[in-house]
Amino acid sequence: MTSKVVNWLDERLGLTSIYDTVLDRKVPKVNWWFTLGSASLILFLLQGVTGIFLSVYYTPSPDHAYDSIQVIMNDVAFGWLIRGIHHWGATLMVIVVVAHMLRTFYHAAYKYPRELTWITGVVLLLSTLGMGLTGYLLPMNQKSYWATTVATEIPGTIPYIGSFITRVLRGGADISAVTLGRFFAVHIWFLPALIVLAFGIHMYLVIRLGISYIPNEDD
Amino acid sequence: MAKSPHMSRREFVTIFVGLLGTIMAVVVGLPSIGYIFSPALKIQKTEAWVSLGPLESYPIGVPTLFNFTRTRVNGWEKTVNSFGVYVLRESEENTVTYSNWCTHLSCRVTWHEDEELYVCPCHDGLFDINGEVISGPPPRPLLQYANKVEEDILYIRLEEA
Repeated sequence: MTSKVVNWLDERLGLTSIYDTVLDRKVPKVNWWFTLGSASLILFLLQGVTGIFLSVYYTPSPDHAYDSIQVIMNDVAFGWLIRGIHHWGATLMVIVVVAHMLRTFYHAAYKYPRELTWITGVVLLLSTLGMGLTGYLLPMNQKSYWATTVATEIPGTIPYIGSFITRVLRGGADISAVTLGRFFAVHIWFLPALIVLAFGIHMYLVIRLGISYIPNEDD
Repeated sequence: MAKSPHMSRREFVTIFVGLLGTIMAVVVGLPSIGYIFSPALKIQKTEAWVSLGPLESYPIGVPTLFNFTRTRVNGWEKTVNSFGVYVLRESEENTVTYSNWCTHLSCRVTWHEDEELYVCPCHDGLFDINGEVISGPPPRPLLQYANKVEEDILYIRLEEA
């Protein structure tokens, strides 16, 4: 029965060929460092799912952000678990994504014909850091407030346009409800959309071009 | 390849990964359900005698509205609910108290003195002075609150779930 359903779907959707192309593709002999890309994807999905659940209770307003997180942590069943996974998953994701980039760099895997894989990877790395930056403000506690003060002050040192950039990031002169609103929007819409897009290209290229072997003494 | 009586490496990995995936899905999935449902499971039951002021201030034979509010904590906010009670003194001794919640879909009814009817503005439900349905969609008469008079003060018994 199950195989009949699977066959029916396979005939129409081509599941087997997707499976063969995506999961059964040929790879050179590699090691555990080559699992970091998949690990990044899994962590991104985990962040996505826990983030969706957090948005059920989280309120992006300076009046309620802190209190709504207190409710998630103390009142809602398993809120501590969902937020805990999101909190520690964020740190882990930055570590894994950076390690993934370093592995690619040290194996010189960014060279022809994989330049675009590298470039989309850079977009993904910077987006991940952007997720960390914007997510940091959302609890609206002292640490969030001052970290965002510092982070938005940094581009202010750029000559001529610096203070304008700071004002754009903050949505005005101060860290305010406007800042929280735009950081929230960037955190849950803009950056995830960019990550999904860049990841799609990244993954397509990995499948299309394959991954490079570990360099040996002849290279 | 000849069929080995033992599980192949590939079969083992398939089953192991499947099992691990299922365990992870359950560990994350079940708490997620609890996470969504938990505010609904928290029932704050309150039962109180609410004072409606001196009985003398209500005229005999005319339904008179009394409004009050009750506060409950929901999540990170206090929610203020307003209640309306129509007090009808049928005689010196006998007083009935009706909720102004329409029994159809909880809009608030108002007493129209000229028509001698309670009118619900949402779907034209009409009730008579005794709270009985005259016409429209309401399935039941207006809800009555238990009431008592102590030292000339009128009280109703409010039960919230």
